[in-house]
Amino acid sequence: MADKKIKVHVQNLKKSFGKLEVLKDISMDIEEGEVVVLLGPSGSGKSTFLRCLNQLETATAGTIVVDGQDVTDKHTDINKVRENIGMVFQHFNLFPHKTVLGNIMLAPVELKKMTKEQAAQTGMDLLKRVGMDAKADTYPSQISGGQKQRVAIARALAMNPDIMLFDEPTSALDPEMVGEVLAVMKKLAADGMTMVVVTHEMGFAREVADRIVFMDAGYIVEQGAPEEIIDHPKEERTIDFLNKVL
Amino acid sequence: MLVIIEKYSAMLLGALGKTILLTLLSLIFAMVVGMIFALMNVGKNRVFNFIGTLYVDAVRGVPLIVLAYFIFFGVPQGIKSLGFQDFRLTALQAGTIALAMNCGAYMAEIIRAGIESVDKGQMEASRSLGLSYGKSMRKVVLPQAIRTMIPSIINQFIITLKDTSILSVIGFPELTNIGKTISGNTFKSLQTWAIVGIMYMIVIVTLSRVAKRIERRMNRGR
Repeated sequence: MADKKIKVHVQNLKKSFGKLEVLKDISMDIEEGEVVVLLGPSGSGKSTFLRCLNQLETATAGTIVVDGQDVTDKHTDINKVRENIGMVFQHFNLFPHKTVLGNIMLAPVELKKMTKEQAAQTGMDLLKRVGMDAKADTYPSQISGGQKQRVAIARALAMNPDIMLFDEPTSALDPEMVGEVLAVMKKLAADGMTMVVVTHEMGFAREVADRIVFMDAGYIVEQGAPEEIIDHPKEERTIDFLNKVL
Repeated sequence: MLVIIEKYSAMLLGALGKTILLTLLSLIFAMVVGMIFALMNVGKNRVFNFIGTLYVDAVRGVPLIVLAYFIFFGVPQGIKSLGFQDFRLTALQAGTIALAMNCGAYMAEIIRAGIESVDKGQMEASRSLGLSYGKSMRKVVLPQAIRTMIPSIINQFIITLKDTSILSVIGFPELTNIGKTISGNTFKSLQTWAIVGIMYMIVIVTLSRVAKRIERRMNRGR
């Protein structure tokens, strides 16, 4: 892994909401093809960290370099960088006024990367990849939560990004639908996608993650390979958290 | 009653036409005004926020009749004193401006509320794909906001239609103004105002029915 390219470089990142400091001092590098799972109690700053990576939250201090572009720099065209970072949300955030296929076609067509026909073609390919091609013409309100999330993953892939961010992608799902979404994510990981995942799915973390980063109160408490963190945590706070979730 | 209808029907219908013309013109401009100030209000730019709030507060804080007098009598006087002696506003122009400003302020609030009713995750999802703020607004947020706005917009439409009667004070020959003329000529106040009232009612009830139908159709498509 040593000769692999650094995809994301985070240096001394801080983020405050008013007086509340959510991220206190985060530094981290993420390599190409790496799957990083962020664990930690709620309020530890995992989601905020993830949202800083594509600047849905602007950093208060520090630098974030994605694919060689400093996204904390005001002169960086953030829209361009975002095309390369797909994001999947806890509540799917599908566009209800568009069909399943329409959701996926929006960005490629609007950003003039493809004609409508090309976008429909790639859209269908992506839907096949997540097993949703049969529902291309239905509206989001007509499909289940697990199906919605699979469509949302396909949508995030539409701009052909090489980094994917997942913000608790299975937390809003009924238990029986978690598996289908995780399966899609596993496939993505196996295909070499660089992924940053906030999740409480310990099974997924153990099986798919290259590295687990445990966060608490705005700091990285400890990080390492899944076996190390899950089976042999060193820090008190990690042990405490794992005792509660396992 | 029949005498009045017989003698003045052409006049009354013409006046109703003027009322509708004034309403439509005002609404078209009000939509534009409303959209501009609504977008100023929902954005993050403090200066725009301030201007947007100021406009809405100022216009909503002034009675329409005062606004109409100000624009019809006050503004031309002011412009003339600056040396533009030929400047004048017709009653239709002044009326349209006054109504558009007034209705625009309410429209801005309706549009703002509509935009804010759309889950903020929609904007985030769109931005995360690389779409700009403006594109996300146009392609993702506004199409959804408009659905929730339609009932309020039609309600405002009806209010504006009724408010045109206030512009009889600046001499625009709309329905209420003509009603005054007819009742003055015939001394038949009861009949005249009953007829005028019924004419307004027919138009407005028809409008509300159409509105209901549009609303139902939009909900079905959801």
